[in-house]
Formats: sequence, structure tokens, C-alpha cells
Amino acid sequence: MTQRVRFYQTGTFTIGNRLLDPEKRTVQATQERSNSLTSGHRACQGCGEALGARYAVDAAMRACGDNLVCVNATGCLEVFSTPYPESSWQVPWIHSLFGNAPAVASGVAAALRARGKSATRVIAQGGDGGTVDIGFGCLSGMFERNDDVLYICYDNEAYMNTGVQRSSRTPPGARTATTQAVGEHPGNSFNQGKNPALIAMAHEIPYVATASVADLHDLEDKITRAMSISGARYVHIHVPCPLGWGAQPCETIKLARLAVETGLFPLYEAVDGEIVKATPIRSQRPVAEYLGPQRRLAHVMKDEEALAAIQAMADRNIRRFNLLKTDAEA
Amino acid sequence: MLKQIEGSRAVAEAVALARPQVISAYPITPQTHIVEDLSAIVKRGGLGACEFVNVESEFAALSCVIGASAAGARAYTATASQGLLFMAEAVYNASGMGFPIVMTVGNRAIGAPINIWNDHSDSMSMADSGWIQLHAETNQEAVDLHIIAFRLAEQLSVPVMVCMDGFILTHAYERVDIHTQAQVDAYLPPFEPVQMLDPDEPVTMGAMVGPEAFMEVRYLSHHKQLQALEVIPQLVDEFRAQFGRSSGAMVAPYRTDNAQTVVVALGSVNGTIKDVVDDMRAQGACIGSVKIGAFRPFPLAQIREALAGASRVIVVEKDLALGLGGIVASNVRMALRGLPTPVYTIIAGLGGRPIPKASLHKAFDGAMRDEIEDPLFLDLDHKVIDRELARMKEKRRSGPIAENILREMGLVGHKLG
Repeated sequence: MTQRVRFYQTGTFTIGNRLLDPEKRTVQATQERSNSLTSGHRACQGCGEALGARYAVDAAMRACGDNLVCVNATGCLEVFSTPYPESSWQVPWIHSLFGNAPAVASGVAAALRARGKSATRVIAQGGDGGTVDIGFGCLSGMFERNDDVLYICYDNEAYMNTGVQRSSRTPPGARTATTQAVGEHPGNSFNQGKNPALIAMAHEIPYVATASVADLHDLEDKITRAMSISGARYVHIHVPCPLGWGAQPCETIKLARLAVETGLFPLYEAVDGEIVKATPIRSQRPVAEYLGPQRRLAHVMKDEEALAAIQAMADRNIRRFNLLKTDAEA
Repeated sequence: MLKQIEGSRAVAEAVALARPQVISAYPITPQTHIVEDLSAIVKRGGLGACEFVNVESEFAALSCVIGASAAGARAYTATASQGLLFMAEAVYNASGMGFPIVMTVGNRAIGAPINIWNDHSDSMSMADSGWIQLHAETNQEAVDLHIIAFRLAEQLSVPVMVCMDGFILTHAYERVDIHTQAQVDAYLPPFEPVQMLDPDEPVTMGAMVGPEAFMEVRYLSHHKQLQALEVIPQLVDEFRAQFGRSSGAMVAPYRTDNAQTVVVALGSVNGTIKDVVDDMRAQGACIGSVKIGAFRPFPLAQIREALAGASRVIVVEKDLALGLGGIVASNVRMALRGLPTPVYTIIAGLGGRPIPKASLHKAFDGAMRDEIEDPLFLDLDHKVIDRELARMKEKRRSGPIAENILREMGLVGHKLG
């Protein structure tokens, strides 16, 4: 099933890392990559989720010797990859419902154990809505039972598949179809939302990480590390959505990088509920650089108070996760 | 082996004999004893590598066995009432995707008002979900139906719901013949899935299907139900040959020879109905009864045949389609379409209200004189209803209905029966 892939020099950060030592190159850079989510799917141009899923699932496939089952929640990833009668998946793949992917994955893992096929590994994946809102009960259950499942959340910060409605991952101020940029407090409310990676850590599961499509080496490393561990694991990947964010498709990677470099999306790893590593930021960028190119946040740019509140969130992350290490600390 | 055993525990033993590989469940009365016993059997190693997954909701329980079935395991769960509603989305998903899951429903009312006792509102709410739905009359039949259900589910790759009346069956101690492992193994071959998540042969399951093919996929689910009409009698015959006992008939007539009046019902109330039929036959009445063992697929032809000689039909049912009347009666009328036979509906036993022989006898007498309300609500206390209607008329803010009635009645438990 492995398909040989030809590469073209693109000049982007996504592939074309030929200058690195072979062992440091991404899975995507090898011609042996499994192409689990193969070409021809119907994601929008510049889709962060398609990019993240391609890297994540191929890295997972390499880590387990292509012995993988994949469970998918309803959402963009499911819809753009499997419009009947086509499928972009070259792995055994099942979509059941919006809110049950973690429970279906638990069942797949249980069946594989019962059938003596424990070598086959299981990943489940979904967007932020499917994971953090409607699927959260099942996710928490899968975590607390420490079922042998790696759950990957692709967080594009709203219900993009249904037309950009607010989720509990939508950032404060953001305009969505259910948090319009009108009235006294335009956009999404402040002081709401949840942080699933920290909640996952509170379950004291063996491995939790945040990752970003801005750093695909780091993303692959984290998936690979997660796959080397048994039990419940959670990787939360930040994936910009040009359509929902009102951004240029060519700016997906740039925006993802700015989310990290402002401190708004900190990258870290936690083992058994404790943070073991946070990726330092060389120099913190002001949040306005990240917000400015996004039409969903254009009104925030004119609101000094809102801007200051978002800057304070970024600053808090910097302190909380110790992201601006000195050279000596690093 | 004959045992004096609680219905739930007998079902647990039967399910264990079917060698399930994954069991997942969430506690809800009155099915809990089934999965408690299965958990104990798994925990002490009685089912080998079988996995028992304690999940956080019924939605997760059925989702978990969906995943297990997709990954090639024989999978089982049990639920009731609110639990069945909470898993409703997954109920349709399991049948839509054709996973041969077996699920016990310990039939129980649906709230509000919350009520843990028996009626058929729960399984009726899922009747059209694409699951085969078998109803047990006795605990012996419940035990036998579970063995048949696994075979049926896997042969057609369709999920099967085995319904047994909450408390009346699940908590009743009766003499039950539990099969031997060798007998069950001879009847039920190992699970060979028609579709499986397998890295050696990757498939995509659960793709999005638009208007161009949805009708066809849906029709094929219906087609499986129609196939079941052929397969169930074959499996029932094989079961009789293997175990020496008749269980699982889709339609079972009782004393219908020359019966002008035939009573139709699902589940355990058929025992009471047969007693009433015996009493009335002894008094010279031409009455018989027909038990419906399979509600889905609905055996239209067999029911029409069983009722062919009747000049009137009375359906006794433990459910209510609010705003319409009887659900089973509507189905029976479809079986009799084109015939002039009147079909009377008796709504009985909602929320565990006892169904005494005397009440049925009186109602059947009325029907035989063609003097019966349709639908008749058996033993409905009109005084209570009239007083509450008066309260509601008296003032706008009359308060919550259930609480008003309970306050007026005082302690109600001792007044039942």
C-alpha cells in the first residue's frame, strides 16, 4: 500500500528539508512515507488541518510499522477526506459519530487486545468541536481508563465544517457565525473557553503534548514519542483555518508560527501529568502581529482594551510555561 | 442445566456462553444485574481474553462496542429506558453501518416523570432504527433469544436488540434451563465479520453518502430486515433441533382455533393474557391470543395469517404514541389492511402499573360486545385526572402536574397492585 512519492522543491517550510541529516528529516520528507491521507481530498487551499493530519498520521504510521487503525470524529477532516464514493485514507479508518470518536477508539483497542492483535495501534482524531465540546465526555472517559489510544485534536478554533460557529476553543474577541462582531462587546466573550491539554494532564495520563503546523519536525517528534508509549495519550495541534479565520491561504504557516511566538499557543509536553518540556520562544512577538492578518479579529485591532486583554493572555502563558528562557536556562 | 435463577443472571450466563470478546456497559436499572454478572465472569477469567469496558455513559457504551465490532470482535452491551435514549444516535449508527452487536434492553418507562418500572416506551422509541427487535415472554425465552440473537446478528451483519420486561423478567427468579457450552458452540460459530478494520486490508468505514446513494444504502438496511423474516424461522428451527425447545417464534398463537376474538401482545404480559384466555375459554368464550416475538422485522404476513379467523382483534400494549394511541395496534392494522376486522387498543401497564387478570377479563368482555373505548387506558384513574384538569383550569400557575398528583394521593406505593 506504500506509494512512492516524488518531491518538488517548493521553497516552503513544509517539505524540502534536504539540507538536514537524513535521520533528522521529517517523515514527510521520505519517499517511504505511508501517505495515509493521500492527495485528491477536498480540503480548502491552505487548510491547516489537512497539513497537520498528513504529518501526524504518517508519523504515527512510521512509529508503529504501518500497523495502525484510525478513528475519526465527524468534522471537516472526515467530510473532506471521505465524500462517497471516494476516500483519501490509505489506513483502516472508521467514522462513526461527532461525539464518540474516543469511545469508538477504546472499543477498537479493546477488540484488538481481545483478539490478540495488540501490536496494532489505535489513533483517534477530531477537530476542536468534536474533541473539546461534544466529544469531551467520551474523551475524559477514555483518558481516565487509560485506554491504549492516541487522541489527536486538530484545533482550528471553531466549528468550521458547519460554517464557522463558536466552539469552546474560539479565542476571545473572535468573530464567528454565532459570535458576531456587533454590539458593545463584539465577537466571542472574554474569560470563557477551556484548555483541553491542561485538562488532559489533570487525568494524569502518560503523555500530553501541544503542537503546531508551524513546527512540523516538533509535531512529528511528539507523535512519534506518543506512539512509543502505551495508555491514553493526547496531542493537541494548532491548525489555522484560512476560511474561518479570514486569512490568506498562503499565511497558514505564518499565522501558526505567530500564535506560538506571541505566546498565545504555547508548545509543551507533559508526562504523567507534569510538564517536562516547553519550547522556548526566542523573542516574544506582540499579539497584534498575529491578530492583524485575520479578518475574524479585525475589530479587536481597533479596541485597545481588548487588545490589551489578549496581550495579557499571551504574557500569562509566557510566565506560566516559562517560555522566554534565558540562554543559561535553555 | 436447570437452575432456579434471577432472569438477569440467567441472561448473563447465556451471553457468556456466546463467548463475547468485548462487553461495554453503563449502569442503569433494571439491566444492571446482567452486566454485573458478566463483569464478574470476565474478571475471574471465565471468558478468556474478553474485555469488559466500564464506560462513562450509555452513548459511550454503544460507541465502544461499535468500535469493537468494527475491529472484528463479538460485542455486547445492555441498557434500558433513558440509557437507550442517551445512546440513540449510536443506535442508528450501529445499524446504518451494519455492525452485528447484540444488546439487551431491560424494558423500562421513559421519563418525565422519572420512573424505573416496566413498560415498552424505550424499545418502541428505537423500533425503526434498523435493529432487529426480539421480545421475550419468559426468562427461558430471554436466555434462548440471546443465543439466537448472536447467530442472527452475525449471519445478516445487523444489530439485534433482545427486549425483556424490566423487573417482571429481569428480577424474577424462575426455573431456567441454561445451555451447555458445547451446545452453544455447536449452534453459534465463531464471528466472521463481513467488514473489519484491518491494517492488512485497509478499508474506509462511515464515509459520507449524499443524495446519489443514500436511498440505496437505506434500502439495503431495510432489505436485511426483510431477509430476517426468512432467517429467523430457520434459526428458530435449528435452535429447536439443537436444544430441544421452542423459543423465538416471530408469531406464537395460543388457543386461536375457532377464536372470534384474538388478543395480541408483546413480552411477559402474554402469560397473564393466556391465563385470562384459559379462564374465558372455560366460561365458553371463543377467545385466543397471539404473541408477537419479533417486533422488527414486523412479521406482517404471519400476523395476518394468525389473525385471519378472528372477527375482532384486541392489542394489549405497554406503550403509548402520544397524540395517536397504540404503536403495536397501528402495526397490526397494517398487517390486516383491506380486512374489515376491528382492532381495539388497550394501553396497559405504563410505568409498571400492574395488569391484573380481572382488569383484562373485564376489558376483553367489553371488547367482545364491541363496547370498548379505543384506545382503552386500562385501570386509568379518571378522578385523579379530572381533579388535576380542574386545578389547571382554576389558575394559570397550577404547578408541576406529577407533584400535584402525588401530593393529593399521599404515599402511593402501597396503593398499587
